Amino acid sequence: MSLIQTLARMEAVASGRAAPLTTVRHRHLSERPLVLVPMTTAGEAGAPLGVLVGTDREKPQLLAVPQPRDRELRFAFLAELAESVLPYVDGFADAVEWEERKETDPETGKRVAVQVELCADAPQLIVPSTAGIDFVRLLGRSMRFRRTAEQEPETPYPAPPHVPLLGRWFTHFGERSRVPGASLLLAMTGLLSRHWATGQSMLEDQHLGALLAWIDPPPGESGQVAAERAETGRDADGQLLCPPAGPATDPAFDNRLLSPAMARYDAGLSGAEEEVRALIEGQLRPTWDAVWQGLDLLRALPPGARVADRWKRDRWSYTAHRDRVRAGEPPQPRRDDAVTAAQKLASRETAQAQLDAQEALDDPLVMAGRRLSGEAMCGTVVHVEMAYSESRRPTPRPLVTLRTEDRPQLSENVKLYRPLPDGRTQPAEFVSYAAGGGLVVRLTGGMGRGKEPEPGSVPEADDAVTWTLFEHSPRGGPELPDPEDTPWTHGGPPAAAAAGAPADAPDPVTAEDFL
Amino acid sequence: MSVLDARLSRVNVSRDSRPAAAAPPAGQQTPTPSLRRRLTELRGPGVRPRSLDARALAALAANPGCRRRALLDGAGIDKGALAQALGSPATYGQSQFAIMRGITFESRVKADGGAALMRLLHERLRTDTAPPEGEEVALPDLSAAGPEGRAARTALALREATAAGGWALLDHPMLAVEVAGSPVYVEPDAVVVHPDGSWTVVEIKSFPMIDGAADASKVGEAARQAAVYVLALENVAGHVTARTGREVRVRDRVLLVCPKDFSNLPTAAAVDVRKQLATTRRQLTRLTRVEEIAASLPEGTTFDLRPAEDGRPTRPTGELSEAVETVGAAYSPECLASCELAFHCRKRSREQGAVETLGRGVRGELGGLRTVGEVLAAAAPEAAEEAAEDRAEGPGRPDDPAVLALRRAAALRAEALAGATGGAARPAEERACR
Repeated sequence: MSLIQTLARMEAVASGRAAPLTTVRHRHLSERPLVLVPMTTAGEAGAPLGVLVGTDREKPQLLAVPQPRDRELRFAFLAELAESVLPYVDGFADAVEWEERKETDPETGKRVAVQVELCADAPQLIVPSTAGIDFVRLLGRSMRFRRTAEQEPETPYPAPPHVPLLGRWFTHFGERSRVPGASLLLAMTGLLSRHWATGQSMLEDQHLGALLAWIDPPPGESGQVAAERAETGRDADGQLLCPPAGPATDPAFDNRLLSPAMARYDAGLSGAEEEVRALIEGQLRPTWDAVWQGLDLLRALPPGARVADRWKRDRWSYTAHRDRVRAGEPPQPRRDDAVTAAQKLASRETAQAQLDAQEALDDPLVMAGRRLSGEAMCGTVVHVEMAYSESRRPTPRPLVTLRTEDRPQLSENVKLYRPLPDGRTQPAEFVSYAAGGGLVVRLTGGMGRGKEPEPGSVPEADDAVTWTLFEHSPRGGPELPDPEDTPWTHGGPPAAAAAGAPADAPDPVTAEDFL
Repeated sequence: MSVLDARLSRVNVSRDSRPAAAAPPAGQQTPTPSLRRRLTELRGPGVRPRSLDARALAALAANPGCRRRALLDGAGIDKGALAQALGSPATYGQSQFAIMRGITFESRVKADGGAALMRLLHERLRTDTAPPEGEEVALPDLSAAGPEGRAARTALALREATAAGGWALLDHPMLAVEVAGSPVYVEPDAVVVHPDGSWTVVEIKSFPMIDGAADASKVGEAARQAAVYVLALENVAGHVTARTGREVRVRDRVLLVCPKDFSNLPTAAAVDVRKQLATTRRQLTRLTRVEEIAASLPEGTTFDLRPAEDGRPTRPTGELSEAVETVGAAYSPECLASCELAFHCRKRSREQGAVETLGRGVRGELGGLRTVGEVLAAAAPEAAEEAAEDRAEGPGRPDDPAVLALRRAAALRAEALAGATGGAARPAEERACR
């Protein structure tokens, strides 16, 4: 946590209300997101208890498993989940735009421009917490290797149709959510704590109820009091006033309410199933409402200028996976091979650098943090001196003297970047500190091709300017070898290793349902 | 040298032949009667010390600087009941679904004389010896009365099994660790004796290992617990070596058994616990300072809840809170996950405005400033001149680098926020600098 964020948290402590960390919204929010509030059975892996799911805040769909130890009931639940999620996910597949992309022609080896499809919009899943994202990944893993009766008539305990497909989509969403700035699958706690600093620690910010209490406290109450009540407040029966945002349940709920109700269901009593469903809905509904409250708060912020650019990458990601599914490719492997893993890591690092740069450029408050750490400077132009490069065909290299109170970490010939109003970047380099304060910067590009700089491309005296020490659209590292050229240091080509079971073999199932 | 120090180093002497100077002087091998009396006073008359389990012992390592926790745990005080009486109860508990699953899984792993367990152990630890066959694995009976009896029975079984030179599986053995002068009994899921005389701790957990990987934080917790068992076993190993003359080695790689993927079939991994072992060992030595902490308390301090007939505490909350305040805590938000008293400490810490309530790392950049109020005062622009006059020395003085950085941060933040509210209609690029 940077000093400026620490300070914001302390302001929140003093005022009893969360303090803004940004002036704009840095993540894309769909107009019609799919909210998914999951709950899982304590101690089990991949045995969901229930979800509230839907795009209409007034009418969430409740799916519940009255007895998670019953394989048939779990399958029925997953089938229902697929029926409500897949139409939403597929709903964005057919509205496409055409984009031009350079591809290498396989016959001539030349780079040629081709028209490719790009989906005009993409689905967006919102879960309450980071644990919810992990749960989506887990569900994806548990479903994508299943076989349906249609795929393999011989398979024991076939999964209902669409379940493996939902598994592949959930895996894709889960994987995409690890890319910094990506917005296909978002956690509400992450979204809120990116935009507001509360008067509590980051650990405590993981509690959605407490986080919202700080950002939007009830009238006349301090955020701290409201947050403490959300965390620990219990009613006369010992149940939490604000149920956990899941997917884990509160042990008191499990032991006092859910377990007896499940016992009644097991005994075959009438009305027991409805009772379990009502209990599960009672735990999920407050979180469902909290997620929508969070969406309201976030929608009140204007989106950052470069958010749409990042969402376009999400659309590419969605389109690419749509194509893989349509082409009948196998599900994502259990483990990536060395080259794929390295590529993923490299692209995430690039995405992180881009996100950091774009957020700073979109938002003066984020830029303030970078200025404090000496990675950017804002100031006023004192005067501009025209100068030229010493080559055979001299090009303009004006020297700009700048007055600033910032303390950037400069050394001679450090590269600087200036955001231009049209979104482009002008390169420059640091020359020296000027006598009598201020510093001198030499512009090295972005002034057109002529001998004289294009009008407006050189700042004038008294202009307010920003220069950053970081690149505005950082590129990734060098290219990685093809998978078949994986060096022996990284396990060699994947084919050698995959002599055993095929990568997409289903998990073994046993006659006895072990959960 | 304190009591526990002595015990531990004595074990070490026999194990890895430390210099003889580390051996304890005679007469320091049992807790001093005065300390024992003092701890009893702290608990209150007639209150039995609460025994620590491996989980609690492992949690101690998380916050070694907390004198409050060291004292309360060392004295065997029920922190949960104390927190309840103070009005800030902990929110712990385990779902019975999770408990049931844990029990079923463990019994499945140990079914058929532990055949599946022994197979996994042999696979994962890659021992040179031949794989154990069903009848070759001895399953000694460890039942006895009381924890002391069971611990003695376990020590005997370990000695016999080691002397026999075959495989043996000890199901739920009982081991003793000395904590602050009194024995604490811990119960690993299983201990395996190898034919070469080495011992392995087996930890059975019900969280899944999916595609060969389990949740890192859960594995970490299991490793810290296992380290406590290894430490306790080393005690016994010392005795066995002394008695049988056979070199006994407690393996520092433990076997973690978990359900495979989404099934209830066991899979396992060898976990290296050397680091956790070192931490726990160091932490237990530090714990012996309980004596010092107890000595520094005002005369007559006690954490007695004075329970009435029905077990409800009758001690006034204010008085109890005062008693708790006599020993300092080192609260940080991480405590919330591992200490029953954390909500009380958090409340106090927030009342005092301590900066640590925002996270342990926060203090690094704040120099000598310790409270939220001090930080905000130092960051305020008008405070600059006043502070110059008031405090030319100490934290918060105007030329303190932390104060300068804070003031700059506050100015930059205020500038950005003012620009944003004033010019929301302008494009972001233009606003970036105003």
